[in-house]
Order: sequence, then structure tokens, then C-alpha cells
Amino acid sequence: MCIRRRRTRLSHNSDTAVGHAHHFTDMDQQREASTLGMWTFLVTEIMFFGGLFVAYALYRSMYPDAFAEASLRLNLVLGAVNTGVLICSSLTMVLAVRDAQMGKVKGLVRYLIATIVLGSAFLVIKAFEYSHKIHEHLIPGSSFQFAGPFGQQAEMFFSLYFMMTGLHAIHMIIGIGVLSVLLYQAKRGRFRAEYYSPIDVAGLYWHFVDVVWIYLFPLLYLVSRH
Amino acid sequence: MSNTVHHSVVDRENDYIHAGYGLKSWLLTVDHKRIAILYLISITVFFFVGGFFAFLLRLELMTPAGDIVSAETYNKLFTMHGVVMIFFFLIPSIPAVLGNFLVPLMIGAKDLAFPKLNLMSWYVYNIGGIFALYALVNGGVDTGWTFYTPYSSTYSLSNVVPVVIGAFILGFSSILTALNFIVTIHKMRAPGLTWFKLPLFIWASYATSIITVLATPVIAITLCLLLFERLMGVGIFDPALGGDPILFQHLFWFYSHPAVYIMIIPSMGVISEVVTCFARKRIFGYKFMAYAIMAIAIFGFLVWGHHMFISGQSVYAGFVFSALSFMVAIPSAIKVFNWTATLYKGHIEFRTPILYAFGFIGLFTIGGLTGLFLASLATDVHLTDTYFVVAHFHYIMVGGAVMGYLGGIHFWWPKMTGRMYNEAWAKFSALILFVGFNLTFFPQFVLGYLGMPRRYYIYPDEFQVLNVLSTAGATILGLGYIIPMVYLLWSLRKEKTVGTNPWGATGLEWTTQSPPITHNFEKTPVVTGEPYVYQEEEDKVVA
Amino acid sequence: MSQHVIPQKVYYLVFVTLILLTLVTVDVAFYNFGFLNIYIAMGIATVKATIVALYFMHLRYNSRLTWLFAGAGILWLFIMFVLTIADYITR
Repeated sequence: MCIRRRRTRLSHNSDTAVGHAHHFTDMDQQREASTLGMWTFLVTEIMFFGGLFVAYALYRSMYPDAFAEASLRLNLVLGAVNTGVLICSSLTMVLAVRDAQMGKVKGLVRYLIATIVLGSAFLVIKAFEYSHKIHEHLIPGSSFQFAGPFGQQAEMFFSLYFMMTGLHAIHMIIGIGVLSVLLYQAKRGRFRAEYYSPIDVAGLYWHFVDVVWIYLFPLLYLVSRH
Repeated sequence: MSNTVHHSVVDRENDYIHAGYGLKSWLLTVDHKRIAILYLISITVFFFVGGFFAFLLRLELMTPAGDIVSAETYNKLFTMHGVVMIFFFLIPSIPAVLGNFLVPLMIGAKDLAFPKLNLMSWYVYNIGGIFALYALVNGGVDTGWTFYTPYSSTYSLSNVVPVVIGAFILGFSSILTALNFIVTIHKMRAPGLTWFKLPLFIWASYATSIITVLATPVIAITLCLLLFERLMGVGIFDPALGGDPILFQHLFWFYSHPAVYIMIIPSMGVISEVVTCFARKRIFGYKFMAYAIMAIAIFGFLVWGHHMFISGQSVYAGFVFSALSFMVAIPSAIKVFNWTATLYKGHIEFRTPILYAFGFIGLFTIGGLTGLFLASLATDVHLTDTYFVVAHFHYIMVGGAVMGYLGGIHFWWPKMTGRMYNEAWAKFSALILFVGFNLTFFPQFVLGYLGMPRRYYIYPDEFQVLNVLSTAGATILGLGYIIPMVYLLWSLRKEKTVGTNPWGATGLEWTTQSPPITHNFEKTPVVTGEPYVYQEEEDKVVA
Repeated sequence: MSQHVIPQKVYYLVFVTLILLTLVTVDVAFYNFGFLNIYIAMGIATVKATIVALYFMHLRYNSRLTWLFAGAGILWLFIMFVLTIADYITR
């Protein structure tokens, strides 16, 4: 492995001098720019999800009992397993970035595949949960049914549940799409130790989506399990 | 200057306009200067669409009775006027046109950090525009540009969905531009160009981008929730499900109040450049100007509740938002005082751009001071939803933002095109813009104070005189917008006669040829001095 | 800087911590601490999020500028929360 790394480095040494895009002065500037760009984008993501979190905080404090009751209808086991799946995918993602940093293309490809598989597994589990909710008439709208005194307010909980997890799932789908493109490019040898910014930046995005779920899980599944 | 004229004649075909021919070379360009021109065209189209609605509104209001359009049509007209002017013109105007063109030039960079994202933002803008135009052709939308729930979510029968989708998409275009500016200004400044050597236009673009990045996502999620509520019965703002329509207003104004600063701060940047150039003096209190811009950007986030004093918001929240609103007056006043101090004892050269700057300073001051009436809880109860509010925000948005935009276009037109427009016509139109503007909107302060509510197509007879004055003013104002279109386009037919620096201005953008080459500079400039060293040059001449 | 290669061990350690904290937060949810429930759950989530940001997102090794940006996002979220909720609790 050690030998291969050295060879990869050597083989690309010749063209690094012209590796950066024309409007940057050097590789460092280009990499710093893309990292800062992604962090700026993540700030917009914080505010994007933030609006939903404000709505959640408000209505949960208004209707604590309804939220407690409605939350019990979510499947805790599936939620917890999915949290684990996502954390695993974050680990494989960060290892992918690490291999990219060292120019280990094979490892990069392997970890990218693992991340895509884990992300897809998350979505499959989520789809199972959604189909259960459809079955139980818990989709907000005219067909919504919730026995007990908290019917309407429980519908509010499920409105928030579907908006929050739905937006999160859309982010996952976009992330998987991006990683698939990067996987294709990685296989064709686009990345090397001197140039791996796209992997790095996609990793930041992927971890951010993980962080969102880290908050969604207790807020939605663990309102009141005692 | 004579040798620079010679220089530009020599390099005639070697500029960004002649870098490629044919439609494809424009539609697939990643050159920030060409993208600025693309934006200029799109934005001008929307400006005149929005202006046409305003014209119909003023026509209807000439008489107390409703004799040109029906009540429904009138509602749609003022909604589309607001939507088009705010989302499609004012917010992108200066950043997307002047900012795109100038930010890399002013900091000595070859391009923005992400040229492809920059091009994408123009396409995203136009896709958003197509949704809005579709809604327009399909019968319009009548909720007001604020899309308040539950009217927009439940009751309105008009095309809320396509317009909201259009506004949602447009948000991405703003975010992409802002993200590009932030990264470019942080990472791509020329060697030696430290933060406190930056032109104030760059500070303004930076502050605007920060606001855009922090605020726009909130309107995106809010419009998203509104869409789901209207289409699928997800009831975040629906009282029938225990939701609160006022939460919509909170989230909406969390974006839309800072959005006012997205419109006005870039203009402040333009005015700073123009004032210091034509007063032939260093800008007064440079650091204070930079800090004031950032302060306005930050305070702007703390005051959104002053749009909601009579909405049912708590009295205490109203009190806090009122007090915070007064804070914005401080940095705004610093700016006005510093521009005035810059002009004081300057060798003022009365060219077209500074006429717009004068207009801006005066009108922005009136707009800002009347804002204090509206920020006070007690007077606001009387003035809410009257023409006083309409007049106030038009003084800021038209008197301020549009004056700044046109001033900037006139200031940098020679740089963008290499041509000088007809100075006499330009001065004339600047003058009638100022007169027409005041005649249109000053009577509306009086109307509002007397109690005429906004958003009605009929009104009592006693308001007619003031309304006729306002409509007459609007006609002059409209003329003031059409004339520049004509002479600016006309100037393109002329030979390129301006040199590198026709105004004798400081700033890196004036050190490269007009129009600039594709990579902006022959050699990356190195900056050693302070910005705006006009006075030293004058002193040298005297000595 | 982001090109700094971090030992694999650190990543595995972070991973194990995150999984353990997930188990803790599930377990804790079955006890009733009254109004403290939400604070405990959010506290654990924040610890997890911070670890992810510091190590997986390399914030710990990043420039002050990145810290500033991440901080600004959180501060502005806080502004939106506080001023909105302030309206509701004083009605």
C-alpha cells in the first residue's frame, strides 16, 4: 500500500503546476475557496432547516401532550437503526476523504461505494416507515385519522414530521447523486493527492445532513418514551 | 488621458465583448462581465414589466371610482407589481449586474471564484422568471407580494403556486451570487489589498451577500411550507389544525426585512464611489463607512417585527422590535453625514452620476426619517396599511435603490461598454426622474396621513387632487426611465472614445482598458496604497 | 488545514462515541425527568453534532474563518428562535 501511494504521487507530480483553474493563482487558493464556499452553503442550510425547527419548537411547546402521544406512533427501532446507519455512512465518508487526501484511489472508490450503499439503506428504511404511516392514515390532509382527544394537533406533529424527514430525505437523495458522480470520476482517475476538493466538499455536505438527522431523531422519535 | 485613448483604440478587438461571437458564446459564457450583461438584459425586461403594472395602477387611481379595472384585476396588478419589482428587479439589480461586473475587477481578480455557478445563477433566475410570467399569462395572482396566510394558503383562487415556486427558485439564484461574492472577496483579493483598502462598493457587496446567505433560506423554507399547505393540506400555518398564521409573518419578515437592506446597501456602495470621485476628495470616515455598512446588515436582522405591530404580535415583542428598529437609524445617519462631509468643500464636478447620488442622499434621508414614524408603536397604529407606508418604502426602494442602480449604471457604463452616453440627455433625465419621483410619492405621504388605505382601487372623492398629482408624477417618472434606455442604447452605435479612466477615478477597475479584456488585467495588480486618494492628487497638482 | 491527514484511529473513536451517545439518548428517553427531558435530549444531540463538526468536518483543524462562518450560522438561528419565541411567550 505504501509503495502504491508513493507511485501515485510521483506519477502526478508533473502536471500539478497547471492543475488549478485559470482564475486561481494556485492549488491552495482553489482548495480554500471551495471549502469556504461549501461552509457558506452549509450556513444557508442551517437557516433553511432552522425555519422548520422554529415551527417545531413553537408547536411542541404549545401542544406538549399531543406531540407526546403522536410521537409514540413512530417506530423507535427503525429510527434508531437508521441513526446508526447514517453514522456508519459518515464514517465511511470521512474515510473516503482520508484516502482521497493520500491519493489512494482504490480505497476512495471502495469507501464511496460503501457510503452510497449506506445512504440508500437509510432511504429504504425511511420508505418502509412512510408506507406504514400511509397505512395507518397518518398522512396530513383529508384522509388523516388519529383517535383520541388530540386529533388535530397530532396532525400538526405529522405535518412537521413529514416536512422535516422529507426535506432531510431529499438532501440524502441529492447527496447520493453527488457521490455517484464523484464515484464515476474517481474510477476514471480524476482525483489525486493534490486535487481532491470535490470529495472533501461533498464530505462536508454529507456530514451536515447527518448532523440534521442527529437532531431530528430525538425531536421526533423520543418526545416521550417513558 | 490622451495616451489611454490611443491605447484603447489599439486594443479595440481585444476585449470581453469581442472575445467571442454568436449567441452561444454569450449563453455559455463563464466570464463574469458577460454574465453581468446577460443579467442587465433580463433585469431590464422585468423592470419594464413591473413598471407597466405600476402605470396601470396609477391610471386606475386617477379617479375615485373604479373605471378601468375591476377590484380583482387591481389586486392582481399591485401583487404582480410588487412581486416583479422586488424579487425580479430590486433584489438582483445591483449585485447581479454591477456586482457581477465589478467585484472581480475591483479586487484585482481574474473572475469570481465559481464562474460556472455564476452562469447557473443567471439560468436559475430566468427559470424563476418563467414561472412568474406563466402565472401572469395564466391570470395573475392576488395575494399581495407578501403571500400572507391563510389567504394565500386557503382562500385565494389565483395562481399562487407558480408564483411561489418562481420566488422559491429565484432565491437560489440570489444565494449562488452571494456565495460567489463572499468566497471571491475572502480568497481572491489582489496582493496587498487588505480589508481596509477595499472600495466601499466591495464592502457593500460583501454585507449584502452575508444578508442574502443568512436570510434567503428562511423565505425558501417558508414558501415551501406554504406550497405544501396549499397543495397537500400540511397545516403548519392553518388555525384549523392549531397552526398560527402569524408564524408565517415572522418567518416571512425574517427574510423580507433584511431583504430591504439587500436592496439598499449595494446602492450605498455605489453612492460612496460616486460621491468621492466627483467631489475629488477622499471619502470622509472610511472605516466608519465600512463598519456602518456591516452594522446595518446585522441590525437589519433584529427588527422584522415592526412589520407586525398590529398583527396580533405581543405588545412586549412590539416594544422590543420598535426599540431595535431605531438602532438602524444610527449607522444610516453615519452614512448620510459622511457623504455630506465628503461633499463639503469638495471640487464637485456636476456629471450625471453625481446627480443620481444627490437624488439618492436626499430621497434616502426622507425615506429613512419617515421610517422612524412607522417604527414608533403609537404612530404606526394610525399609519399601518395606508399610503404613508407605500410612500415610505418607495422612497427607500425607488428613491434609494433605483437611484443608486441608475447612478451606478451611468458611472460604470463607459467601463462596461467603452462608450460615453450623451451627457445632456443624461442630466435631463436624472432631473426629471427626481422631479417625477417626488411628485409621485410625496402626495402619498399626505394621503396616508389623511387615512387613505393602500390596496384599494376606489377611494373617497376628497383624495382625488393628491391622487391626480401622484399619477402625473408617475408619468414623468416613467419618461425618466425610458429616456436612459434610449440614449444608453444609442451610445453603443458610437465609436469607442473613452479611455481607461474617463472620470479620473481611483480603484483597480479604472486601471484596465474599457471594456476590459476577458481576464480583466494584463498582469495581476499589486495594491500598496489606501483607497480614494483623490486629495493627494489634487495637492500634487497644486504643489 | 483540510489537507492535514488525521489518523484513522481518531475517526473510529469518534464513530464509537457517536454510536454510544445514540444508545444513551434512546435509553435516557425511557426515564422521566419532567421538563428536563428535552434539554437532555438536545444536549446529547448537540454533543454529537459538535463531535461530527470538529472531527468529521475537520472544523478543529480549519482556519478561524471557517469557525466564524459556522458560528454565524448558529448565532443567526439563535436570533430567529429567540425573537420569534419571545413574541409567543409574552402574548
